[in-house]
Amino acid sequence: MRILIVEDEPDLLRSLAQALQEEGYAVDTAADGPSGLFNAQTYDYDAVVLDVMLPKMDGWEILRRLRQTKKTPVLMLTARDQSRDRVRGLDTGADDYVVKPFDLPELFARLRALIRRGAGQAANVLAVGDIVIDTGARQITRGGRPVALTAREYALVEFLALHHGQVVTRTALYDHLFDENESSLSNLLDVHVSNIRKKLGPGFITTRRGHGYCMGGPE
Amino acid sequence: MILKSIRWRLQIWYGLVFLAVLTGFGLTAYELERNRQFRNLDAEFQKRMGALSSSMRPPLGPRGPGPDRGGGPDDQFPGGGPADDRGGGPGDGFPGARPPEDRPFPGPGGQDFQFHLPSSLTNLFGAESNSFYYVIWGRNGDELARSEAAPRDVPPPPDTGPGGQPPPRMRGALREFFHATPGGGSLLVGRSIAEDLAGLRVVAWSLAAAGTVVLLLGLTGGWWIATRAMRPVEDISATAVKIAAGDLSQRISAADTDSELGRLAAVLNSTFSRLETAFAQQRQFTADAAHELRTPIAVMLTQTQTALSRERAADEYRAAVQACQRAAQRMRKLMESLLQLARLDAGQETMKQLPFDLSKLAADCVEMVAPLADARRVKIQCALPPTPCLGDPEQFSQVLTNLLANAIEYNKPSGQVRLTAETQSGVVKLTVADTGEGIAPEDLPRIFERFYRADKSRSGTAGHTGLGLAISRAIVRAHGGDIQAASPPGAGAAFTVTLPLPPRPSS
Repeated sequence: MRILIVEDEPDLLRSLAQALQEEGYAVDTAADGPSGLFNAQTYDYDAVVLDVMLPKMDGWEILRRLRQTKKTPVLMLTARDQSRDRVRGLDTGADDYVVKPFDLPELFARLRALIRRGAGQAANVLAVGDIVIDTGARQITRGGRPVALTAREYALVEFLALHHGQVVTRTALYDHLFDENESSLSNLLDVHVSNIRKKLGPGFITTRRGHGYCMGGPE
Repeated sequence: MILKSIRWRLQIWYGLVFLAVLTGFGLTAYELERNRQFRNLDAEFQKRMGALSSSMRPPLGPRGPGPDRGGGPDDQFPGGGPADDRGGGPGDGFPGARPPEDRPFPGPGGQDFQFHLPSSLTNLFGAESNSFYYVIWGRNGDELARSEAAPRDVPPPPDTGPGGQPPPRMRGALREFFHATPGGGSLLVGRSIAEDLAGLRVVAWSLAAAGTVVLLLGLTGGWWIATRAMRPVEDISATAVKIAAGDLSQRISAADTDSELGRLAAVLNSTFSRLETAFAQQRQFTADAAHELRTPIAVMLTQTQTALSRERAADEYRAAVQACQRAAQRMRKLMESLLQLARLDAGQETMKQLPFDLSKLAADCVEMVAPLADARRVKIQCALPPTPCLGDPEQFSQVLTNLLANAIEYNKPSGQVRLTAETQSGVVKLTVADTGEGIAPEDLPRIFERFYRADKSRSGTAGHTGLGLAISRAIVRAHGGDIQAASPPGAGAAFTVTLPLPPRPSS
C-alpha cells in the first residue's frame, strides 16, 4: 500500500511517515500544497493523508483539483473541528476526516478502511482458500493457525488479495509497496514472493511471466 | 406576578381613576336631578300651602254656612292660578275630589279661625293616594280639618315654640310641610312622593348602568391602548429573551425610530451589535487558540505513540523527545502570548512609567536580533537621535524586537531594515521599514488581528504564534500610542509606532 502524506509541520510529517512505514506502508511525503498536489496527481496512491492548512495551496484546493482527475481515497487532517468544516471537507470529496490531535491507531484504522473501500472490498476479512487475511488485525491465518509475516510481506499479500483474481504487474507492486527512497531492485520483489510462498504454500501466488503476479486466479 | 406587569398596573390605575371620575359624574348628575325634582315638588307644596293659608283667617263673625260659590273677597288669595278657576262644578275637580267646601271651623271655644276652602282649591287636593293632602290643627292641637287623601294618623307637627316653623319632614315616602295658621294652629300639606322617589331611583339605576357600560368600554379601550403601547416593549423583551438564550444575531425591529421606544430599540440594537462582535471575536479567539494548540499536541501524540510502539534505538528516542520538546516550547510560547494578551485586554499588565531613551533601547533591540539578521544576511540601519520617552522599556523593547524580527524574516536575502524616528508636535514616530515583498493590500487591514497570518506558510513554523503584532499593538495602545502598517507596492513593509512624548521639563 502506498500512501502520500501532505503536512507542513515537519515533526508531525516525520513521525507520521515513520509510523506508517512501520505499519508496512510505502510512504511518500510532501510539505507544501503544490508538491503535494503534484505527487497526488502523478502517482496512483492507495490513500492520501492531506492536511488542510498548508503553505501556498490549502488542502481544500488540492482536493478540488485532485478530484478532477483522480478518485484516490483522501483522508483530511485538520485542526478545525467545527462541523461546517467537516461538511465542507466531505462535500468537496474527502473520504474521511480526522481532527488533530489524533490517535495513531485511529488514523491507521481509518486509513485501512479507506484503502479497503477504494479497492471495492467492504469486509475487513479476506479469504483465499484456507488462508484468511484480517486487514483489521493485519493478521494472516492458514487453516486457523496464524502465520508470521513481515510488514512488507503482509502488505504484498494484502495488496494481491484486494485485487483478487486480477493480474498485478510488477510495476504496480513496486508503485504501491515501495516508497520513492527505496531502490527498486527487481529481485527485492522476488525475494518477498518466494518468502511468502514458503510460508503460505507454493500455489498461493502464481507468477504470470511477462505480466506480473496473481492470487486466486485461474492457473 | 400580575401586579408586576406594567400593563396590568396601568390598567388598574386607569380603571380606578376612570371609576372615580364616573362615580363623581354620576353622583353629581343624580344630585342635580334630585334637587330639581325636589325644587319642583316643593314649589307645588308651597303653592298649595299658600292657597290654603290664604283661605283661612281669624273669625270674622257669623257667616252663613253652606256652599258659597259666588266667591267674594274671601276667595281671593295670593296663590294665583288655580284660584281663578271658579265656576267649576264637581266635575271640574279631580275625579273623586271632595266637593268644594266653604265652611268655618268653629274651634272649641269659638275663637278659632274660619276656614274657607274655595272650590278652586279642591282640584289641588285630590282623593287619590298620590294626591296632595292637608291637615289642619287648632291652637290646642285638635284636628280641625283634613282632606280626603290625608292618611289616617298624621302626627301633629313638632313643637318648635312660638313663631317657630318646623322644617319639612319625611315620613316614609310622605313629604309634609308645616305652616302656622293665623289662629295659632298649624297646617300641614303632604303628599306621598313614592312615585317621584321611584323615578329618582330609575334615574340612579340608569346612571349606574350607563356608568358601568362606559366603564367597561373605557377599560376595554384602555386595555387596547395599553396593549398597543406595550407592544414595542414586549418586542424588545422578546428579542432580549432570545439574545439572552444565546442568539446574538437577533435585533429589535424598530419601525418608528423617532418614538421614545424606537430610540431605545436603536440604542439596544447597537449595543447588541457590539456585543455580537465582541462575542464573535472572543469565540474566534478561543477557537484560534485551541487550533494553535492542536498541531503541537498532534506532534507530541504521534511522536510518543510511534516511539513507544516498539523497541527503538537510543537516537530514535532522542529524536522523538526532541520533537516533543519543540512542540512543548511552541505551546509554552503560545500560552505566554495568550496570557500576556489576556492581561493587556483586562488592563492588568502593569505599565511602568519609567523614563528611557528610545535611541538606546532601539540599539539594544538591534543587538538582540543581530544573530537572526546575520543568518539572513540582512543589514540593519539604525541611527536615532536621543529621544527621552516615558513608559515601560521592557514592554517596549518587546514591541521593537518583534517588529525587527518580522522585518528581517520577511525581508529578501541581503535586504535592509531601516529604523528611523522623527519627533513632531508632542509625539515620536518610530518606523521600521524593510525591503521585502511587502504586505498584500487585502492583508494590510487585518495583520494586527490575532492569529491572522498574511503568509499561510508561516503556520506551524516554530516561534510564530500569530500573536506578535496583536501583542505589539496592545502594548503600544496601553502606552497611549498607536501602530500602523504601510506597504507601498514594491517598497517593502513599514511599521510606524506613534508614541506620545512626556511633557518637556519647563527649565
